[in-house]
Amino acid sequence: MDSPEEPPGGAETPLLQVRGLTKEFPIYAPGWPRRQVGVQRAVDDVSFDLSTGETLGLVGESGCGKSTTVRCLLRAFAPTAGEVRFALPDQRVVDLARLPERELKPLRRHIQMVFQDPFSSLNPRMTVGEIVGEPLVIHRLARGRELEDRVAQVLERVGLKPEHRLRYPHAFSGGQRQRIGIARAIILRPSLLVCDEATSALDVAMQAQVLDLLKELQRDFGLTYLFVAHNLDVVRGFCDRVAVMRRGRIVEEAPTAEIFAAPRHPYTRILLSAVPSPDPDVPLNFRVGEDLARLDATGG
Amino acid sequence: MPETTVPALPAASPTPEPGTLSPWALFWWRFTRHRLAVGSLYLLVVLYVLAAGAEFFAPYSSGWRDLSYAQCPPQLPRFSWREGWHVPVMRLTVDPLTFKKTYYEDEREVIRLGFFVRGQPYRLWGLIAGERHFFGVKRGADAAANGGPPFYFLGADKYGRDIFSRLIHGSRISLSVGLVAIAVTFVLGITIGGVSGYFGGPVDTAIQRVIEIVNAFPQIPLWLAFGAVLPADWPPVSTYFAITLVLSLLGWTGLARVVRGKILTLREEDYAMAARLLGASHARILFRHLLPGFTSHIIVVLTMSVPAMILGETSLSFLGLGLRPPVVSWGVMLQDCLSIQTVASYPWLLMPVVLIVVTVLAFNFLGDGLRDAADPQG
Repeated sequence: MDSPEEPPGGAETPLLQVRGLTKEFPIYAPGWPRRQVGVQRAVDDVSFDLSTGETLGLVGESGCGKSTTVRCLLRAFAPTAGEVRFALPDQRVVDLARLPERELKPLRRHIQMVFQDPFSSLNPRMTVGEIVGEPLVIHRLARGRELEDRVAQVLERVGLKPEHRLRYPHAFSGGQRQRIGIARAIILRPSLLVCDEATSALDVAMQAQVLDLLKELQRDFGLTYLFVAHNLDVVRGFCDRVAVMRRGRIVEEAPTAEIFAAPRHPYTRILLSAVPSPDPDVPLNFRVGEDLARLDATGG
Repeated sequence: MPETTVPALPAASPTPEPGTLSPWALFWWRFTRHRLAVGSLYLLVVLYVLAAGAEFFAPYSSGWRDLSYAQCPPQLPRFSWREGWHVPVMRLTVDPLTFKKTYYEDEREVIRLGFFVRGQPYRLWGLIAGERHFFGVKRGADAAANGGPPFYFLGADKYGRDIFSRLIHGSRISLSVGLVAIAVTFVLGITIGGVSGYFGGPVDTAIQRVIEIVNAFPQIPLWLAFGAVLPADWPPVSTYFAITLVLSLLGWTGLARVVRGKILTLREEDYAMAARLLGASHARILFRHLLPGFTSHIIVVLTMSVPAMILGETSLSFLGLGLRPPVVSWGVMLQDCLSIQTVASYPWLLMPVVLIVVTVLAFNFLGDGLRDAADPQG
């Protein structure tokens, strides 16, 4: 893999600064009237920085809070506590965690998301052209001829044909649909693109193609990626830095090479040991469960 | 091998592009497999065309009467080469002992029938003047338009009015009441159900309780109460709209439930989330993303509830609380059938019932077919 760009120096304000992000879901006792009997803390005091042009991988097992974290950043959920400082293109810094929905709406064009499931993330009742052009319509940035042209351009940019815009999503393969999802996400030229398991529903060949496309787009548009994944191989080739999450907390954060060469946290080591090696002589670690149980016992 | 059993592939020229059928095209394609539903659709189209062109299709106007032919039985047209389509003239006899009136067919004199004959002048929709009727009595050049013995295809009522003509005129109100009420139901059901499902939480709970209360009301007494409130001196048009409003104010709950349920499932889809994260407004997500996902279900529910509206109008008018004469509707016509004696002696007065049953069945079959097409799995 080619060497990732150096993240800009510390003097510049990072694009995204997350501080103490926490999200709790209430737990209700069965019955009526409902009584709250506790909280489930899905995201627990998460902090990280993300500089412009950088790619941060967020990894961890299922249910560790990766998706909840990004959904809090995007304000699909309102975070319980914490700050999400986001630098707008005009250098203003806003706290996305506290902004009321009405003020948030115009800012949503700067942060876009690529979804995991390319089948449910595209409305089956809309043509590809309508889906990809919708962000422009919502933010009233283009209409008529101009809208058509920009949709055609962006479709070509992600490797589809302009005439595909008249078709419905069911006429496309999973990889093509993911390209449509990417086209919808980049048509507004956002500064931050959140990819929530964007390649995990694709086969290996498709994964490679979509990752190549994302890299190209990053180079061309100066995009910043927050890349949620559970596949460490994908992360190794794609991310500049990696944050490992467990039970709602970030347990380790380091440059990619460092994490893979010298994992510090025991959980990271277990996670890495679970990755099958391309070398057939290296046996698979079938005792991940035991390792995790031991980690729990030691309170790690 | 002398002969090949494999048919040659068609020429490669105009191959349709795969996967270009829209969801609507697929829906229609599945619907046309359902023969009964397609037949019902045609039947309903015919009924509505008849209702729209009532003045033209009915041989007589709705108020036309000939008292000397009161309760004349139906006359089935016959065909002969000499006379063409014709019916014998009906003659009235009164039993000298019981005073019972009976009609007999006088074969010596015939009434000639024909298509596109000249009859009473009318104004179609109050605009287009005409005097041709689709079929009716063929008058000689000498006879006046209204003169000569009348022809009652489906018999006459107690004033000697033509039941067949009145059925056609009455279908205008009876069939349209369903559609107008459906329009109101549609608006109420979509909005209330949509809000309930989309926002969820306490709003949803409140709306669901209201729906349960509305559903718990006994319908007939409530109709009676509403009907009794309507002033008797209102013009027929106002009464008509008041009735449709009453019917739809009670009928929206079913649609609201369906809409709510569907929205509850669809709002969890990623594309609804995607639209929200793009900054789309609630209205846009609801109407642009969520509702189109089950338009076909809405159509089905609406189709299935038209019969209830038609039956509701009929019941109200039959009980004398809806439309009143001289307005003609199927329910108003059935007011003549209040006594069992009348029905036993003059069964043709029940003709509206036949038409109501046929219409309601046709709507139900149509709804069935639409549902199968909309939801091939379930």
